[in-house]
Order: sequence, then C-alpha cells, then structure tokens
Amino acid sequence: MGTVTRVNGPLVEVEGLAGAAMFELVGLGPHGLPGEIVSLRGDRATVQAYEYTGGLSPGHSVEHRGSPLSALLGPHLLGGVFDGLLRPLTGAGMWLDPATPVPAHSARVWRFTPLVEEGRAAGPGTAIGSVESAGSPPYLVLSPGGEVSAIRPAGIYSADAQVAVVGGAEVTLIRRRPVRQALPYVSRLESVIPFTTGQRVIDLLLPVPLGGTVAVPGGFGTGKTVLLQQIAKWCEADVVVYIGCGERGNEMADVVAELGELTDPRTGGRLGERTVVIANTSNMPMMAREASIYTGVTVAEHFRDMGYDVVVIADSTSRWAEARREFASRSGALPAEEGYPADLASALAAFYERAGRVTTLGGATGSVTIIGAVSPPGGDLTEPVTTQTERFVRALWALDRDLAYARHYPAVSWGGSFSRDADVLMAGSPDAAARRARVAGLLDEAGRLATLAELVGAATLPARERVVLLGGRLLREGFLRQSSLSLLDAFCRPGRTAMLADALLAVIERCQDLVDHGIPVASIEERDFSPVLRAKDAAEEEIMARRDTVLDDLETLR
Amino acid sequence: MTTWAPVEYTGVAELRGPLMVVRGTRGVGWDEYASIELESGEHRHGLVLEVDRDLAVVQVLEGTAGVRARGTRVTFTGSPLRIPVGAAWQGRVCNGRGRPLDSGPPVFGMTDAAVTGLPLNPTLREPPADPVLTGVSAIDALTTLVRGQKIALFSSGGLPHLELAAQVAAQAHTGGAPFSVVFAAMGLTHADAARVRDALEERSSAGELTLLLNLADDPVIERLLTPRLALTIAEHLAFTMGRHVLAVLADMTSYCEALREVSSARGEIPARRAYPGYLYSDLASIYERCGRVRGLPGSITVLPVLSMPAGDITHPVPDLTGYITEGQILLTRDVASYPHIDPLASLSRMMRAGVGGGRTRPEHMDLATQILAALARARQAGELAELVGERALSITDRRYLAMAEAFELRLLAQRGDESRSLEETFNRAWQVVSVLPRRELSMLDPETLDAHYREEP
Ligand SMILES: Nc1ncnc2c1ncn2[C@@H]1O[C@H](COP(=O)(O)OP(=O)(O)OP(=O)(O)O)[C@@H](O)[C@H]1O
Ligand SMILES: [Mg+2]
Repeated sequence: MGTVTRVNGPLVEVEGLAGAAMFELVGLGPHGLPGEIVSLRGDRATVQAYEYTGGLSPGHSVEHRGSPLSALLGPHLLGGVFDGLLRPLTGAGMWLDPATPVPAHSARVWRFTPLVEEGRAAGPGTAIGSVESAGSPPYLVLSPGGEVSAIRPAGIYSADAQVAVVGGAEVTLIRRRPVRQALPYVSRLESVIPFTTGQRVIDLLLPVPLGGTVAVPGGFGTGKTVLLQQIAKWCEADVVVYIGCGERGNEMADVVAELGELTDPRTGGRLGERTVVIANTSNMPMMAREASIYTGVTVAEHFRDMGYDVVVIADSTSRWAEARREFASRSGALPAEEGYPADLASALAAFYERAGRVTTLGGATGSVTIIGAVSPPGGDLTEPVTTQTERFVRALWALDRDLAYARHYPAVSWGGSFSRDADVLMAGSPDAAARRARVAGLLDEAGRLATLAELVGAATLPARERVVLLGGRLLREGFLRQSSLSLLDAFCRPGRTAMLADALLAVIERCQDLVDHGIPVASIEERDFSPVLRAKDAAEEEIMARRDTVLDDLETLR
Repeated sequence: MTTWAPVEYTGVAELRGPLMVVRGTRGVGWDEYASIELESGEHRHGLVLEVDRDLAVVQVLEGTAGVRARGTRVTFTGSPLRIPVGAAWQGRVCNGRGRPLDSGPPVFGMTDAAVTGLPLNPTLREPPADPVLTGVSAIDALTTLVRGQKIALFSSGGLPHLELAAQVAAQAHTGGAPFSVVFAAMGLTHADAARVRDALEERSSAGELTLLLNLADDPVIERLLTPRLALTIAEHLAFTMGRHVLAVLADMTSYCEALREVSSARGEIPARRAYPGYLYSDLASIYERCGRVRGLPGSITVLPVLSMPAGDITHPVPDLTGYITEGQILLTRDVASYPHIDPLASLSRMMRAGVGGGRTRPEHMDLATQILAALARARQAGELAELVGERALSITDRRYLAMAEAFELRLLAQRGDESRSLEETFNRAWQVVSVLPRRELSMLDPETLDAHYREEP
C-alpha cells in the first residue's frame, strides 16, 4: 500500500510503494482508479492515471495490481467497441463515470470446437481449438506448447472456463498480455503481397504490402478520417482494428453504425464482425488515449498469431504523441522539439516496428499492417510528429488542402506522397508497372504544364502539351477522384481499377494520335468525355463500351 | 464524504497571477471547488489545479487583485464544482459564473451536476441527423447545421461574427420540436453584449434562452468556467428534458487567452504561440459535449464562435478548433455583403445527415453541391478574367461569373434581422442556378431540373 502525495491532472505521485516495478498497474484512491507507474525513485513513484482524477487527494491510499498494463484478449473482441484500456463500452452506462467502471468482459458464452486430441503434442502457437460465430473469421485458441493432457469436447463454454490443459498449463478462451511489449513470432517475411485498399489512387500509385506501414498526414478537413474509414470498410484484411485515438465521438458512432449495417463481400457476414473498435474519444481521459495505440496493436498481433492478415488503423497518432507530450511536461521532463519529449522518435519507431508479415510461433503466416493518421498543427508538414513519422514508415499518403478545398476526394497528393514498396509490388506484373508509370508520368507532366499554363495561358502551349493537360484532367476526374458516398465507387476492385485506367489511357492516346495527324487541339478539347469520366459509377461490363463511345466520337474529327 | 464543518485554511503561501497557493491543507482533492473570503468580507471562488502534500494551488476565478496573504480564509467544498440544473435557467441572464444579472433570484434546481461533465459513452451516441434551421440562407442552403453537430464560426477582426451568432441564436428552430438556446459570452465588450441581449430579447422572454455573460472587464479566469456552465445546463435541457439545444460559445479566442494566462502563471512548457500543449484536449472537453443519445429525444448542437487573430486560420485557436469541430462557417472580407460567409471555405461535414426529403428538400444536397462547384468554377474564371480581361472569356465562363454575382445578391446577402423560410431560401437558390445554361448543371437530375429550373432569358 502506498500513499498519494501529489496530484496534477493525470500525473500522480505516490510514496511508500516498496517493491513496485516500472510499468506496473496501481489502483488510486477510494475508487481504485487505474494508473501505471512510469518512473521510480526509491519507494516514490510517478503514476500516469487513466481516469479523471477529480477529488483524488494527498493521503489517499494506492494499491499494487502486480502486473503491467495488459489487454484481455479473447473471442469477445471481434465486433466489439472498447475504450483505450480495452474495457468494453457496449453495455456501459450513458456517462462514463470513473467511480463506476465497466466489467472487463461480458458473461457471454462461446461455442468451442477442439482441433487436437488428448495425448498429442501441440507446439507453441498452434491452434488447439476454435470458436465460431457467424461472419467473423474463426477465433483460434492457441497452444502454450506441450502435450495436450486434457481437452474439452465441443460445446458451450464461458470465456474463462478451462478448455484444455497443455504442457501442464491451463488454457481458457482468453489470455492477458502486456500491451507495451510486442507479442513474439518466429521470423519476419520479406513481404511482396499487396494490401488492397479499394482506393484507386492508392492501389495504383501508392500501394503498400501486407505488413507495411503508412502515415496519412493532412490538415483538418482534408479527409483523413473518411479515407481511413473507407479502408476499414473495404480493404482486404481478415481483421480490422480501428483505433479512434483522441478524435470525435460522433465519428465513432458513425463508424460503428455503418460497419453494423454493411455486408462483408468476402464472408457474407456483417463487416462489423471482423472489426475491433477502440474508441478513446478526445473528451475521454487523455492518458488512456496514450494507451489505446498499444492496446490496439496488441489486439492486432493476437489475431496475427492465428494466421490472419490484420490492419491497424489509428486516427490520429498525433493525439497519442500529444498525450505523451502533456504527461512529460507535467512530470517536468526536459522538452525537445516543440515541447515533445526527447523519446518521440524512438516511441514512433517502436510503434511502427510492430507491423510486419511474419511466421508465427505456430508456423502460420500472418501480418499486421499499420495505417496512422497524422494531424499536423496548422497543416505544417515540417512539425515534429509528421517529420519523425516519415522516417519510419514505408509509405506516405499526404493529403492536400488545395485538393480538399476543390472537393477533390480522396485528396491524396500524388506528387507529395511516396511508397517505398511500389516497385517491388509491381515487379511480378509488367503490365501493372507500365500502367502505373504511364499514369504517374502523365499526372506529373500535366502538373508541370499547368503551372506553366497559368503564366502564359494554355492557348499558347503546343498541341501535344495541351493534350497532356487534357489527359491530366481526365485522369484526375475520371480515375483519381473517388467519392466515399457513391454506392458503386466507394470500393474499387484491383481489376476494375486497371480497367478504368486503361480506358482513360486509351482515350488520351487517341487524342495524342489525332493532334499528331493535324486535327486542331481545340476541337478535341471540346468533345464530350463524360462517358469515360463517369465510367467509375457504371457497371464493370460497361466500361469498355463507354471508352469506345468516346473513341468513336473522337474518330468523327478525322 | 465527510459531513463535518469544512476546515478553514488561512495559510496563503503565495499569490502569483491568477494563482493562490494555500499551505497546511489536508485531504484536499484535485479539481475541488474552493471558496475564498477576503479580509474585507468579499467572497471569491477557485478551482484546485494541483495538490502537493500540504500545498494546494488554487486558480482564483475572480483574479487575485487586492488579495492579501494575511487575513484570507479558504475553504474547500470537498468535491469538484457542481451547479443546479433544470428549467429554471431558461429565460435567465447571468454572469459567467451563473450569478443572476437580471433582477431574478439565484437559480435553483431540483438536481445538480458537475460542470466538468462526464464523457458520453460513444456507443450510445446517435449520429447527428435532421437540421437546425437558422433562417440565414447561406447557412441553411450550403452549410446546414445538423442536430448534435459541433460547427465553428471563424471570423477575423472587424467582421460581424457576433451579429451573425446572435441572429442565428435568435432565429434558429427545429420545426415544431422543443428548442432552447444557451448563449455563453466570453470577453465581450459592453456594447457587444448589449446588442446580443437586444437581438435575443424575444427568445429570452419566450423562456427559450439562457444567457451567460462574461464581459471584457469581468474577471478573465471566470471565462474558463462559462462554457462549461453553459454545456452543463444544456445537457440537462437536452437529455433530461428532451429539448433540442443550440449552445453558442462566443468568443472562444478570449477563452483560450484565459487558459494561456493560467498556464503561463504556472510556468508550464508551452506549445505553439505560448498556448499550453493541452489546448486541444481542453477545447475537446467543451466541444465534444454536443450530440444526441440513442433512445433520447433531445440534442445539443454546439456553435463556437471565434475571431482568428490576424485572420490567420493556422493560429492554434482556429486550427485546433477545426480539428475538433465537424465543419466551419468562415467569414471573409472578400465577400462584400453581410453575412460575409465564404461559401467555398465553409463546410458542414454532417450536412448529408441533416438534409434531403422529409428533412429539408429532396434535392438539397445536389443543389448545394452544384452551387459550390459552380462557384469554384466562377472563381477560376474570375482569376482568369483578371489576367486576360473579361471579354476574352468564353460565353460559358461569363455565365459563371454572372451566376456568382447572382449568388451574392440574391442568396447570400441578407439583413441581420431578416429570417428567411426554407421555401424562400430554395426559391432564391433555384434562381441563382437558373443563371447557368441547363447543360452545365450536371449534378442535378433531369426530373429535378424539369421541376425547378427556369432559364433566365
Ligand atoms: N472520399 C471522400 N468522398 C467524399 N467526401 C469526402 C471524402 N473525403 C473527405 N470528404 C469530405 O471532407 C470532410 C472532412 O473529411 P474528414 O473528416 O475525413 O477530415 P479529416 O482529415 O479527418 O479532418 P480532422 O483532422 O478534422 O479530423 C468530410 O466530412 C466530407 O464532407
Ligand atoms: Mg478526422
């Protein structure tokens, strides 16, 4: 038992905690508010509190909890909504009152099916049983390693009931794991499998592999949340962990409502069933926001260990960094850039390092892909969180305020973004590589010419260059733009993406050919291109016909 | 909780800016509410910012001017600040701490609530839906306020943002559903406050308004409480009494300056422009108190009003506000007519859920998108015209310029005391798009155009 000596918001100092360990959990005051020890001097500890500390006072008692901040991992996660400490929010009261905390997991029961027989050996990390519920991928119960000395028959069990004894250890459907430490795996795999997002600008120009890392910086209103939610809904992953880290409550309500309604085209179940939502909104306690990033990635690793491809979506990592800054400043740590603590870079690196495609302990292949939004103050991309993050991610999808103001969504700046893995991902398919090079080349050149045209007027440019300008416009409107509101276009399969790009490229090529044959460029510019521009909202079978309509119309100029 | 008589402390160890450090305290909790009695008998109030063994750092809402270390007595109430809530607030005018400024008695209520509020469980939030109509065409047509949304009004020096905020507060309604306004004024001049009171006179006598006034010469630190008081009152009106509440918070820049003052007195490490690093979270703890709750009838729509210092939208106050709110209405000097709303830089992110058939008009969203797209094109044409002259523009581009002019004259421009029905706003909006040739209106479907489009001769 220790005693509180100082309270300054989420920072609590405690003395008399003999034998306490770094990162151990404690219970503060009469309500046992959860907190984590973040520094120790003799028997005095600095604690970061995970709840509002109003009313906590010097003299209040402090209890050891004996374990580090841990996540309770189990079949209840899929389809659920949790706070930053992974406590269920579904079923909690209307107002989140620290004095009346929610139970850690519900009393729900699960249908367990054994996958091994008694007496067999089950290596660590291999599946010994599964829990099925419609829609979501099967939840696998993994072996701690050893001989299966007892296993229950198929049936209904509560989450904490013992379902097997393996290597002398009891196995239940749940396990508790510290969140600040990565879950172990055997080895990392060189990943060359694309992670399909369903967003054309990304899948064609800025692709990432399974197990990759992406940062999405952008000022307010540039479309970070919409883009990430689109990916959460439609990307090809087995499990999605969506972390609302210090963002809006209404957005969380929205994402939960939508996921609950949409059908997963891959399984026929609800999209919500493959999703774990962690909602630590901006008005919820700040330090739980800091923890939410770690609980989220731990949940992802847990499903990765079952051999699944998991994506972690964190909106916004800047709020996490700010929570760390806030705490560091209250504890009097010397600030580095813009008040951020000196360990900002290493904390970011360690977080993104938890992504990867791996061979799991049980020999399966699984991956964790991390996509983190970054909210730079004033939209200034040279601020510390953005610049440090850029160092550690494999891809950057930078959102551009001008594009967003022009309502060009998703406002991904094709010039200001990068993907380090694009070439490797396209290596197997020369067609795809050529398509990407052609589209990127045209957009680049059109961008350059547009700047020139602003100075001298487009009319003074040579015909071939005016066709490039036209091509840039066609690609922006007919390909890059993708409305999250369109029923057909919100998600674009890779095959369809290729088809749309090819249709537009064919049209642009024909225009080029026409000017080469002396057709006046002004007459080309005035043609009606809307059939190909609107092809993205049309059924797939129609795309080629629409291209031909435009090609035929252009031919009439000859 | 103890029921003993509260302990009185006399050990004021330090007075610094708005802060008072009290020595010898026992069992004082963080964020507790304190009352302070000066030697003269004057009463002041404070909040505990930090407790360290027997020291308590108190932020004095009325400031520390005139306070002596000796002879000052401090008692702590044993809990964070709570205020009475209920219908009694309606029709009242109070100061920034909730003390009556009208001739009425102190406000009492059957229940009380903590002013810091508690976070609303996000799984019980109902996504915002249905409009709050303001009678201001540019807002209702293009950046509709949606019940449960938070949307900011950004302005800069010399623009009439208070006038617009007061107009919205005076005219807003939710069809026939019970509606209230809670207006929190922070740092307003006497003249501005008087104008706001005038504009809201009718609403106040109808018992639909709570007005909390912290004026420019009122204690600065009191401002930190004012918006929280307003939202605590609003939460009860909305979620216990089932009313739709519009909470107007003006001017949040003054609020943030008060926060900065406390932060600097405490010697905290500042982030951008000397504002504290927790400005985002602090603002979020206010703005996030908007919303609707599943299964309950009421809603809170929050409209923070703020002046951008030097018109700079990247200044921390508008920037962080923009990162929290669900859209913004931006006033600009580039638009000559009142209400000076810049349609292209303004956006209501929730609009889709607030408009359409059964809510406003079936074609609302498409019409708004069409107007904005056309204004964007007109702006481009305008820029080109400055370079090459209007006569060098194509006929179509000239129609766009005409349309932009019609937009400002017929739809946007409006008197400060003029409330337009939705019907009238839509008639005007259709007149504006009718300036364009029909073939340019690709975002509106043919049946809608048949019904409403009347090409101008
Ligand atoms: N792909 C899209 N399709 C259609 N509209 C979009 C798209 N992306 C963004 N928008 C529009 O832009 C608005 C702001 O987008 P979003 O909420 O994603 O911004 P953000 O970058 O997350 O902002 P903040 O940093 O404030 O959270 C949306 O409400 C929507 O109106
Ligand atoms: Mg966002």
